[in-house]
Amino acid sequence: MNYVQLEYTDLALASLLVLANAGLSLVLNLGLARRMLLATLRMVVQLSLVGLVLKSLFAVASPWLTGLVAVTMILFAGREIMARQERRFDGLWSYSLGTGSMLFALTGPVRPDPWFDPRYALPLLGMILGNTMTGISLGLHTLTTGLVRDRAGVEAQLALGHSRNEAFRPIVQAALTSALMPIVNSMAATGLVSLPGMMTGQILAGVDPAEAVKYQILIMFLIAGGTSLGAVVAVLGGAWRLSDQRHRLRLDRLK
Amino acid sequence: MLEARKLSRLTLGPVDLSLEAGEVVALRGASGSGKTLLMRALADLDPCRGDVLLDDVERRAFFAPDWRKAVAWVPAEAGWWSDTVIEHFTDWQVALPLIEELGLSPDCGGWQVSRASTGERQRLALVRAISQQPKVLLLDEPTSGLDRQSVAQVETLIARLAGAGASVLWTTHDEDQAARVASRALLIENGKLAAAA
Repeated sequence: MNYVQLEYTDLALASLLVLANAGLSLVLNLGLARRMLLATLRMVVQLSLVGLVLKSLFAVASPWLTGLVAVTMILFAGREIMARQERRFDGLWSYSLGTGSMLFALTGPVRPDPWFDPRYALPLLGMILGNTMTGISLGLHTLTTGLVRDRAGVEAQLALGHSRNEAFRPIVQAALTSALMPIVNSMAATGLVSLPGMMTGQILAGVDPAEAVKYQILIMFLIAGGTSLGAVVAVLGGAWRLSDQRHRLRLDRLK
Repeated sequence: MLEARKLSRLTLGPVDLSLEAGEVVALRGASGSGKTLLMRALADLDPCRGDVLLDDVERRAFFAPDWRKAVAWVPAEAGWWSDTVIEHFTDWQVALPLIEELGLSPDCGGWQVSRASTGERQRLALVRAISQQPKVLLLDEPTSGLDRQSVAQVETLIARLAGAGASVLWTTHDEDQAARVASRALLIENGKLAAAA
């Protein structure tokens, strides 16, 4: 396949955009500069490392190694979900709710064949995982902050004899909406406004656009399915954890 | 009617308390002494130790939402979860006469909750709980933001409900009010309950 090879100077030029943004944040005192630079740095280091790892994994194509890398990716995604929460669940819940929901989400859509061929399995897993992670962390964030903010309204309903399902419904709905917002938006706008990264990558690498589109549609289905499954499990699980058998609101189970 | 035995949670209790049918009991105590904790514990809104019985039936035997319909807590600052007033009522037709009795406009159902004044919201929250015909009313300073006429209307309404057999625990800082509405008063200090002098 013929494609334009990127030089390191191209990358350096593009990184100026991020630096300019960080500068802007400093000037306007938005407090984003540190986080943005840290995230950029992590992105560069992690992607470089993963490039090396994938290269050697492709050479070996061992089910064990592929599995190990997949598990590591999932565990890291779980940690990311936890780290992004303003209000975390107490104890083991803070980590296991997000991670468990993601594992559940993945058992649905991801069935590459052969599953251990890292050239298919890992990129697919990575794309679905990334989106599912964002969905779950947005959903949990909206759930916990919503319950804390609207505590009086939720407890007023409970005190009037509404069940926890009734009392939590508006906030659970808001949480699921915000979890699915990114994927719904990107499905709605894709092709008209945006060309998805994977499809663009395939086209840049010389693949027939029609073939690249087929792949992209598949991926969108998998992402939407994974994100919805994961978000529903995480948000309902979170709502269950923040209430109890006696239909009380249990914000004491947040840190 | 309502009986609590060795009820305790955090700084509250252990509290023994018994309310007879038709009895209005005033609950007094400084801010932070545990009045709200006690009312929340009676309404089963916080996990706590001890037993609570309604008409000699253990609280555990009730489905929790049914318990709270029977033992209704009206907090000092009520919560709202929808935009308009009417959405907060299960049966507006039942609520309407009570709303008028408390001097509120009969078309307040269409109001935005945010448009109602503190005093109006306080009375609406009271009607919201009463219109579900609870057996026990836990009122947390139900007249704190009201003018004198509205206070009298609320006191008359509660007296009528007690006359019909409801038990009322009424938190107030106003000793004159406590003497007016209640047949006896309890004093809560550092989470411990005592009969007031």
